[in-house]
Amino acid sequence: MTQPNGASLSKGATAASAAGSAATGAAGGARTAAPVLEVEGLSAAYGPVRALDGVSLQAEAGRITAVLGANGAGKTTLLRTISGLVRPTAGRVVLGGEDVTRAQVEAMVTKGMSHVPEGRGVIAELTVDENLRVGSLFRGKVGKDEFDRVYDFFPRLVERRDNPAHTLSGGERQMLVIGRALLAQPRLLLLDEPSLGLAPRIVAQIFALLRNLVDSEGLSVLLVEQNARSALSVADVGVVLNLGRVVVTDEAHRLAGDEELRHAYLGF
Amino acid sequence: MQQFVNVTLTGLISGSVYAAFALALVLIWRSTRIVNFAQGSMAAATSFIALALIQAGQSYWLALVVALASGFVIGAVIERVVIRPVEGGPELNAVIVTLGLFVAIQALIAIVFGSSFESFPAPFGLRGFTVGETTIALTPNSIYVLVAVVLTMAGLIALFRFTRLGLAMRASAFGQEVARLLGVRVGRMLTLGWALAAVVGSLSGLLIAGGGLVYPAYMDALIVFGFVAAVLGGLDSPVGAVVGGLTIGLALSYVSAYLDPALVNLAALVILMVVLLVRPGGLFASSTARRA
Repeated sequence: MTQPNGASLSKGATAASAAGSAATGAAGGARTAAPVLEVEGLSAAYGPVRALDGVSLQAEAGRITAVLGANGAGKTTLLRTISGLVRPTAGRVVLGGEDVTRAQVEAMVTKGMSHVPEGRGVIAELTVDENLRVGSLFRGKVGKDEFDRVYDFFPRLVERRDNPAHTLSGGERQMLVIGRALLAQPRLLLLDEPSLGLAPRIVAQIFALLRNLVDSEGLSVLLVEQNARSALSVADVGVVLNLGRVVVTDEAHRLAGDEELRHAYLGF
Repeated sequence: MQQFVNVTLTGLISGSVYAAFALALVLIWRSTRIVNFAQGSMAAATSFIALALIQAGQSYWLALVVALASGFVIGAVIERVVIRPVEGGPELNAVIVTLGLFVAIQALIAIVFGSSFESFPAPFGLRGFTVGETTIALTPNSIYVLVAVVLTMAGLIALFRFTRLGLAMRASAFGQEVARLLGVRVGRMLTLGWALAAVVGSLSGLLIAGGGLVYPAYMDALIVFGFVAAVLGGLDSPVGAVVGGLTIGLALSYVSAYLDPALVNLAALVILMVVLLVRPGGLFASSTARRA
């Protein structure tokens, strides 16, 4: 079995556990996998306001890492700094062993990272099909079978194919942006508040799909969520942010069981 | 009746040129949210380049190609050097910059080429076709104007609808940040957008110049008419720009023939005011506000 994540998997993990995670997709197990993404001491500021203060975390291969915290904890800034939309004042971002702290935003997707920004990130004026095609533009010609695969994942999108994206419901938009990100064939998917404004039933659907993608395709996900309860139900690892600092990092089921922490930071 | 047909033909032909000019404004507005008041001066500059070649004995067609190519370069350079620093900033900054360019380029034309009136040749005849006994206001040159505008429109539609480059340009125009995250080189697409708009603007300048007189400020009227056409169409809509251009062309032609030629500029401004009062979003404003 060849490792889908190349060099990144050999870093910080035994060959056996790396091969194991590639084969089984590390479906929520407690074993440590190799980090696809390492964030070290990342700080960022908007003018005098410090939004991130020395944040360190990892996203492990084949797992879902959820970053949780209240509004203003720095979750969105964290993702925007990782993908280069916000320039850090200190710290490093390492993707698959490569330092990408100063890399251009446009280059990140070629390095295997897809960032789905907050608020769905569909291009409203383009059709569903055009939105998907934009997601694969940087790769040159992309076979029709890859688009068919996305439509297989999200059958709801098939009938909306030629409609402008602004006619989609919130859930359909979320499917579209995740499908579009998949066409970039990422190793790591950054998702910003996918549950925002969606009905609980739709949130559950989206998260189940995500879990399925991670387990079957070996994708790694760094998920930012205010909806901690839903996020912890799908994630393997949780990172709690408060005022720009990491409060605690632990296995998701342990965080969900820690009542004190839940009351203090997660609001449920 | 015969007068009505002639007035309508005249209106349609000048309207098609306004449409091309409005389209150039719309291309830039869509991608960078800037009204390029310098569009006319940029086009005038390329017309003078063409005229210099023609006066040096070159053919009209070579001059046309060189003028359009220099329009492309001028558009790209202006975006990179002058516009890029004010993109995304307060709107007034961009307005001041393009107004400054408008004046500066006109002055530069006068310095380089002189400020006298020069006649600009037309590539085809300027005598109207005769139908039966009467001569109508349709000349070989005006057919050339129509064909050139229609081909340009078709080319742009094909580019935006059917090519990967066009898709990247539209994605950059409508969702800069998302496009960047998807790996689209947005900066390059914006430069290309300005360059293409400058080509279309230059073409409209050359078409309006053919068979007439040029001087550094000869595009000023076209800026007003093209701007009114673009606003009429909603500034955001290429189809709106075309319909707006034809509408303005017809309306002004009727005003000129049936009221008073002196009222044409006034009529254009009245149309602008009425549009802004009644339908500020233009005739083709999309009803859905953009949600990020």
